[in-house]
This record gives sequence, structure tokens and C-alpha cells, in this order.
Amino acid sequence: MVFESLANRLQDTFNRLRGKGKLSESDVKEAMREVRLALLEADVNFKVVKDFVEKVRERAIGQEVLQSLTPGQHVIKIVNDELTELMGGSQAKLNISNKPPTVIMMVGLQGAGKTTHTGKLAKLLQKEKKKPLLVACDIYRPAAIKQLQVLGEQLQVPVFSLGDQVSPVEIARKGLEHAISYGHDYVLIDTAGRLHIDETLMDELRNIKEAVQPSEILLVVDAMTGQVAVEVAETFNNTLDVTGTILTKLDGDTRGGAALSIRAVTGTPIKYVGTGEKIDAIEPFHPDRMASRILGMGDVLTLIEKAQASIDQDKAMDLERKMRNADFTLEDFLDQLSQVKNLGPLDQILGMLPGMNKVKGMQNMNVDDKQINRIEAIIQSMTPAERREPKLIDSSRRKRIAKGSGMTVQDVNRLLKQFEEMQKMMKQFSGMAKKMKGKKGKKGLGGMKFPFLP
Amino acid sequence: MGFFSKFKEGLTKTRDALMGKVESLISFGRKIDEEFYEELEEALIMADVGVNTVMGIMDDLRSAAKKQKLTEAEELKPVLKQILVELMGEDKAELSTNRDGLTVILFVGVNGVGKTTTIGKLANQFKAEGKKVILAAGDTFRAGAIEQLEVWGQRAGVDVIKQGAGSDPAAVIFDGIQAAKARKADVLLCDTAGRLQNKANLMDELNKIYRVIRREMPEAPHETLLVLDATTGQNALSQAKLFGEATGVTGLVLTKLDGTAKGGIVIAIRKELEVPVKMVGLGEKIDDLQPFDPKDFVDALFAE
Repeated sequence: MVFESLANRLQDTFNRLRGKGKLSESDVKEAMREVRLALLEADVNFKVVKDFVEKVRERAIGQEVLQSLTPGQHVIKIVNDELTELMGGSQAKLNISNKPPTVIMMVGLQGAGKTTHTGKLAKLLQKEKKKPLLVACDIYRPAAIKQLQVLGEQLQVPVFSLGDQVSPVEIARKGLEHAISYGHDYVLIDTAGRLHIDETLMDELRNIKEAVQPSEILLVVDAMTGQVAVEVAETFNNTLDVTGTILTKLDGDTRGGAALSIRAVTGTPIKYVGTGEKIDAIEPFHPDRMASRILGMGDVLTLIEKAQASIDQDKAMDLERKMRNADFTLEDFLDQLSQVKNLGPLDQILGMLPGMNKVKGMQNMNVDDKQINRIEAIIQSMTPAERREPKLIDSSRRKRIAKGSGMTVQDVNRLLKQFEEMQKMMKQFSGMAKKMKGKKGKKGLGGMKFPFLP
Repeated sequence: MGFFSKFKEGLTKTRDALMGKVESLISFGRKIDEEFYEELEEALIMADVGVNTVMGIMDDLRSAAKKQKLTEAEELKPVLKQILVELMGEDKAELSTNRDGLTVILFVGVNGVGKTTTIGKLANQFKAEGKKVILAAGDTFRAGAIEQLEVWGQRAGVDVIKQGAGSDPAAVIFDGIQAAKARKADVLLCDTAGRLQNKANLMDELNKIYRVIRREMPEAPHETLLVLDATTGQNALSQAKLFGEATGVTGLVLTKLDGTAKGGIVIAIRKELEVPVKMVGLGEKIDDLQPFDPKDFVDALFAE
């Protein structure tokens, strides 16, 4: 977007400080300005940012810089640690009532995704062999009940509704009775979206809460929410004592700073995140991933750790040399793919790389794990000679490879083309690295290293 | 109630959030100093104006204060207003319509911003003006979306063109255009499913809808309105940019601007992308959808 990532900016700020052993007050002050901007750009609430930056500043001053990191990386590490902690170290589970059914109430602003996530949650419970009942208490929005019913039908989960002429409090109460007599162990109550300043509707929520005594009140919040997130969370929490948050639409390109604001204000954990349009696109919340996302820096530290743990050092050295000299073959590529597979899902790995979205040609690279298997199949259907010298592969060889791997000739063509592009890109990389070396007289590029290189 | 007072009322919260703070900063006979600037910067950022835009505004303020040798905070108020007016432009953005024949308006946006509701409200308004309106239920994806539009259609007493859930949205819009032409409608409002702007395949789908409209009526759509939730933060910029690329967005509808919506993002979008806000949603009632006048917006922010 408008700004480059925090990692890059901090890197710049600290470039001249390289080799310093300790962080001085003025170094930290300068860095904190960048941190503050990064957080504000991510829509973290202003007040939350203020408190947070103050906390980090205190912790950072006078700290010894770890040998393995530059001062810039060290500050990022502190910020990252603090952010992760602030968002609640470990992952939180749903509260379960000791006297079933467990009642879960979904609340939030209009359009946050309450109904959709009521459905997703039901699916999740269903997978755990639970028997949820959905209760349709949104009597205001046209066709909201219908929406829940359609979701219920897709999931084969019963939906309790009394139409839109009965008060939501009554529907909730009757819904609970229904669940008890039909042996449901979970009751999910979908409520209408409302502005937090609408006192009548907030009262209604309070009455529903009174009537059904939920063990879980989940605030559903759009991850794209701006500064207002704090106010929203505060009001809902003051009225209802919210027990947790679901952060939705996190599959967008928002940094999602609202997560931090909400967590800081309500003190309650973010329990789930919505990550897509499909009914099973709901995941437990990972504070560490969120921290690096808010900072817009990619999960560099985790990546370094992961890569070090799962990559064969000798092979990696060898690979680095080959990449530099651009005599990287399909055989190496195959090797590399199997190593990458050990790291985890590919799109996550790419997401961890700072600035990866800016690299030319990367945006259009659709990442799919099955793709790796297909690519492996294609390469494995080539002879060793072909793998070393892709130019050998003429059209009849292409046909043979396609047959051997169960793919089409177009797939083979595409792979060869992609490989060619990749080689080009590597040349760019090594070219860039050389340039930077010349300019700064230092080796390495900080943010630009490939993950496969130690 | 006149338009301006309505507008002012709807924007009370925005004004309180944004200018309340600024006002209290300015009115205590304060001197202009670093602390003052910092607090002003804070107030603007809290209103979702966006870091980038705020930095720009602050730079302008500082240089103006220096140039005019201002020392009292109060003297900065007209300067700030002037800066905002310049940022927002003075032209009132009206919906472009086709004077003799069918006007096609396409609605796009992320999930849950209020596209369908906006269409419902607008259908009512056009109908009240004596126009023949047709709605096309292009959200074939979300459960209950077609039914939701149908309810709005019934309320307004206008026809809804639809196919089943899961059908090709471009085909629905195509049907909509054919029906609108055949029935000699004045306005066709096209609903689409909400989608996140970084989903390439879904944006392609939207682009196909756009192309289908253009093929059937080369001068249409006469407006492509991006519906934005006013509680959205900086992501709105990315939305405006990417939806713009897929469908040539001509204007914004800012919904949920009542309540405590900060609405400062309007200023940021205007500055960085130069897409005008055409309408704002100031409440739940049908006539709470209002045309947007940038000058009124700034005036309302500064109203006593």
C-alpha cells in the first residue's frame, strides 16, 4: 500500500547504527516513531498505540542487541513479542457450560458477519460431533432469518425461528426451551446487527442475555474496522460483558489493527477468525500471526526459526551458490520443493516474507499446495538430462512428460515457462544483491533474503 | 426538515468525534505550540482521516501558521477549514443519469457494507420521483441475499429480476438489462455479492458483470457506486483502488455514517484517489440516504 513495511523502514532507520551493542534512548525514540506510524496505519486505536509505544520504549532502552540480529531487527522483535503478548499469548477455547446446553450469543454491528459466522461456528461444532441448534433472533433485517435457514439447510443443522413478529427475547427463550427438549448440546443465537449507540437495541441484547444466561457472548467484528473499533468494543462490553471476539474478513488485505484495539479495551480473548467465504473458513486465532500482520512485516522471525529447523544446511549453501550463479536446474527446483513442503503451507510461507507482495511477478503466482505435487509429478517424469537442460524438451518430449505425469501438455508448458521466469527473477535478485553490496559496502540485504538461504 | 439540517443532524457524531476535540483544543485561547499540533494530529487520526492525509494537513497548517505568523490556536480554525474545503472540492457530486432512456447503476463493495439496503432505499427514492425502477438480484452467492432484495422490491413496489441462488451473476444482470429495456424502465439498480478486493477470481467475476453491461449498453453503467462502510479504517483506500480497477468506480456511497462513524476516511479517499462521495447513509430510515455535498460536509463539521 502507501507505505513500505515497518521492517524496511526500521531497517533504514537503523542502518547507520549497525554494530552498536546497546540501544540508546535516542535510537529507540526514532524507532518508536516508525512503530507508531505503522500501528496507526494498521488502524490500531490511537490511545492503544500511545500506551503500547510507551511500554515498548521502556523495555527497549538499554537492551543489549542480540548478536544474531541488527538493532532494527531487535526492536522489531521486542515490538513483536509485546504485541503477541498483548493479544493474549495462547489460544482461547470456547467456554462450555457444565449444565448443557451451552448457549452462545452472537452480537455486533451491522454487516460484521454475525449470521455467516453463526453458521461457521455450527459447522465447527458439528465436526466435533456436537448437536447445535441455531436460533434466528434477527427480526429486523429483511431475509436475515431466511439466510440463517439456508445456512442451516446446507449444514443440516436445525434452525429455530418464530418469524419476525415475535420479540427476539421471546424467540431466544423459546429457542433454549426447544434445545433442551430436543437434546441439543449447543445453542447459537444470531442477533440483529446494531449500532452500539442505539440504546433500545442494546437493551434488547441485555434482555436476551438475562433470559438465556449464555456462557459465551461473542462480539463479531469486521477486521477492517477503523478507529471506532475501540468505542464499539467498549460499549458492547460494558453492556453485556462480552466473553470473546470473532474477527471476520481477515482474508482481505487489511492489517487488522482493530484486533489489538479490541483486545486492549475488553481484555477478552479473540477466539476465532473468519478467513473466507466458505462455511468452513473459520480458524482459531493465533496472536503471533496477527502481530506480524499488524506490523505489516511478514513473519520474519518465525520463518527464520522454521527454516533453520527444517532445512538441510549443506544443501542450502549449495543452493545459494547455484542461485547466485543462476545455474539452478529443475532438479534443484524439485529438491527445493520438497524442502519447502516441510516448512508448511506455501501461501503462509510467502505471507511470512516481508515485501513479497511487491516482488514483480509474485502477485499473480497463485499458490496452491496441490500445485506442488503436480509440479513434482511433472519434473519426476523428466529424464535427468532434461532436468538439467530444460532446453532439450521439445514438443514430443513434452507430450511424453505430460502422459507420464498425468498432466496436459499445457501444464508442462506452463511449468517450463514459470521455471524460466523464476530463473530470470533469480538473476534479478542476485543482480540486486550485488548492487546493494556495492552501495552500502555491507553484505546481505536484511529483508530481501530468500527463505531457503540460511 | 431541510437538507442541511438533516445532514447536520446525521453528522452530529462525526462532528463531535472530529471537531469536538478540535474545538476544545482551539477555544481555550491556546497558543500554537508543538503540543497543540500533536493533539490536533491525534484528533484527526482518531477520526480515521488516515496517517498519510493527516501528515499532509499538518504540514499545510504549520506552513500557513508560519507564513501568516499566527500564534493563537483560534486563528488556525479558518485555515483548517480552508484546507479541508480544498481537499474535498466544492462541487456537489450528483448521480449521473441518462436523460432519455435507461439509467444503469451498478453497486459493488466488500461484504456487509450495506449494498442491498442502499439499493432498497434508492429504489424507493426513484420510485417516489415517479420513475420506473427495476432491481437485478446479482448477489447469487450469499444465503438469503435474493430474498432480502425481494423484500425491498415489495416495499418499494418495484420489480426484481432474479435467478436461483448460485447462478451466474452476469447472466442475472444481462436479464435485468433486457427486462429493463423491454419494460421501458427508467432506472436499473444492479446488486452484486460482497467480495473482498484482494480475491482475484471474484474481482474477475465482477469485471465480467461490468463487461456484460457495457456490451449490452455501451454508455452504461452510468454510475458504478462503491458502497463503503463508514466505520472502515485505512483499508477503504485499498477497496477504492481495487474495485476501481475492476469496475471503473465513479463514486462512493458511505453507509452507516450516523452512529459514531468517524467518516474521516472520506477525506483520505478524496485526497488519495480522487473518487467523489456521491451519497451518504445517515440512518436506518428510507430517506436517510442523502446526496453528499462536500461543502456542506465541511460546514457541518465546523457548525456551532
